Amino acid sequence: MSYLLFLCSLAAYWAAAIFYAVFFVGRKKKVRGWGRAFFFTAAALHTVNIAARYLEAGHTPITSIHEIISFFAWSIACGHITFRWRYPVKNFGAFASLVVALLMLAAAFAPHEIMPLPPELRSWLLPVHASISIVADAFLALAAIGGLMYLIQERQLKQKRFGFFYHRLPSLDTLDTLNQHCVSIGFPLMTLGMIVGSVWAFQLGGQRSWGWHSKIVGALVTWLLYAGLMHLRFAKGWRGRQVALLTMLAFCATLVTFFFLLLKGGGS
Amino acid sequence: MGRDSIVLLGVNHKNTPLEIREKLALSSGYEEPLNQLRQLRSLKEHYLLSTCNRVEVLFVCAEPEQTRREVLELLFAGRVSWEDLEPCIYTHFSSEAVRHLFTVAASLDSMIVGEAQILGQLKEAYRHASEQKTAGLILNRLLHKAFSAAKRVRTETRIGASAVSISYAAVELGRKIFGDLQGKQAMLVGAGEMAELAAEHLISQGIAEVTVVNRTLERAVKLAARFKGQAASLDELLEQLAETDILISSTGATDLILSKKDVASIMPRRRHRPLFLIDIAVPRDLDPEINTLDNVYLYDIDDLNNVVEMNKEQRDREAVKAKRIVEEETIKFMRWLEAMEVTPTIVELQAAAESICQAELEKTLSRLNGISDKERKSVERMASAIAGKLLHHPLQYLKSEHECANRQERIAVVRSLFHLNQDEAS
Repeated sequence: MSYLLFLCSLAAYWAAAIFYAVFFVGRKKKVRGWGRAFFFTAAALHTVNIAARYLEAGHTPITSIHEIISFFAWSIACGHITFRWRYPVKNFGAFASLVVALLMLAAAFAPHEIMPLPPELRSWLLPVHASISIVADAFLALAAIGGLMYLIQERQLKQKRFGFFYHRLPSLDTLDTLNQHCVSIGFPLMTLGMIVGSVWAFQLGGQRSWGWHSKIVGALVTWLLYAGLMHLRFAKGWRGRQVALLTMLAFCATLVTFFFLLLKGGGS
Repeated sequence: MGRDSIVLLGVNHKNTPLEIREKLALSSGYEEPLNQLRQLRSLKEHYLLSTCNRVEVLFVCAEPEQTRREVLELLFAGRVSWEDLEPCIYTHFSSEAVRHLFTVAASLDSMIVGEAQILGQLKEAYRHASEQKTAGLILNRLLHKAFSAAKRVRTETRIGASAVSISYAAVELGRKIFGDLQGKQAMLVGAGEMAELAAEHLISQGIAEVTVVNRTLERAVKLAARFKGQAASLDELLEQLAETDILISSTGATDLILSKKDVASIMPRRRHRPLFLIDIAVPRDLDPEINTLDNVYLYDIDDLNNVVEMNKEQRDREAVKAKRIVEEETIKFMRWLEAMEVTPTIVELQAAAESICQAELEKTLSRLNGISDKERKSVERMASAIAGKLLHHPLQYLKSEHECANRQERIAVVRSLFHLNQDEAS
């Protein structure tokens, strides 16, 4: 039942991504309306899917690879929706919806059976740690998407070759502001997620695998990169290209950490 | 039944020098000239548009040539001599007039093609005409169609989005860098005409303040007063640059006035806020290497010209689309107008049939005694059905397009066949 909802939202995300892409190329406002409608529908279906899965499994569905990627996609979708009211960024939807659609596709390929939770994972701290961290990663992903858009647009303006992207991407300032807001939300959440995670690790004691260590190292490196980014932006006043590059680099570190987590097949 | 014509006459920036346009502009507002035109009996409907680039009169009348002269004399008499005026005035009739109006509304005839102001001016002018009740059935429809044609052009083409001049290009680039120019600080270095124009354009986009820097402070003070800004001397350039977002440089200096090192040194102080430098001086004022600095965007006159050129190409492509839309709308309107022409005949024809029916029914029904209401109704229905069926083909003939007979001929045929010509002398 919940998987059917998942498939529906997957299809709707792809429809949204395609409509957004058509709008990106053709710039017909009507098409964007369709893209938005599909994106909202997809996010709503997805929300119901996660709730249904919670009821079916009896625990927060952030344990298997399928669930983690799906939750990550959901957070990005919700992050994008909450952001587009306050900071409208032209054509951001085209990029965000594509990322979400691709993640959903990846989640669809992972085994989606509901597995009983191994005893060491039965702690209320797991859903708290996992959801906070994934939401944080979602905002950092949005920041990275914004960073990519910034780099493309900046290149056009610097080289003075105004191609396909120049007219379609928003202004540099808009993208830089988006980056600032996303990182300002993502970084504290990430810190919080890490604190909850370490409290939980202390509770668990022993039982440490190779994946666990590499994940800790990855998370620390990522945290340091974002901390450095925050410092440079707010203390030194850095902005623009370097910040966009650093955001993308730090997000790569996030992905590596994420990958370590998935290697272990979910869990802590 | 005489045929009314739509006539549009006027002057615009393309074929009339400013000195004449100034004199012709209706500076006293629309009420007075609209009322004056009302005195002309030959005018059935009329409307006036006066902007800094054009003065146009649009009217509906039966005898275009004669009325044209009357209108011109009434509006422009005494302002400009007839010899000066005559060669400037353009006159369009019927579909030409419609097309011209749609072209103007869509901003295809503007000095800066695609600018949005004209539509507002057109609406304002129409508001006066409709308040004074000088626009009737035809002009009301025509102007509403002009607004919707303009809207179609705006939404279906990107003609309004294109920049056409250097200062437009500068503003467009600025928008891509800053998003919004509201509240940004601009600085003029040197005082060329082009720099002044660019500054004026920036101010119209909401720039907060303009600082003028010049070799001779006196000139800077004068220019700054014009923009209600500050003046500074060339020695303070770097100091001022720390506070500036957009710099337009156009000095006559033979050397560079800003080097890469200078700009790099102030960036930390600006907290790396973006800096948009426009160098329109020849030879250049700013070191081209400055463009390699992060968050600094340097454009010289050639770069800007490239932007203008690029937009021109795009604009030309869009203009083709826009003209097609204007053409479509013109055809639609002319169809409506022609359909209007046959409407009186259709109405008369139907009225004639109706009166014959009534007369015959009265005769017949009075002789039929003791029929029920129901029977009476069905007899009435039969009579009108026969009349309707008989009229069906003549009406089709009037409405549809024929190759062998034009509309006027068809109207004439139907009118004489059904003897509808009592009201005309012929």
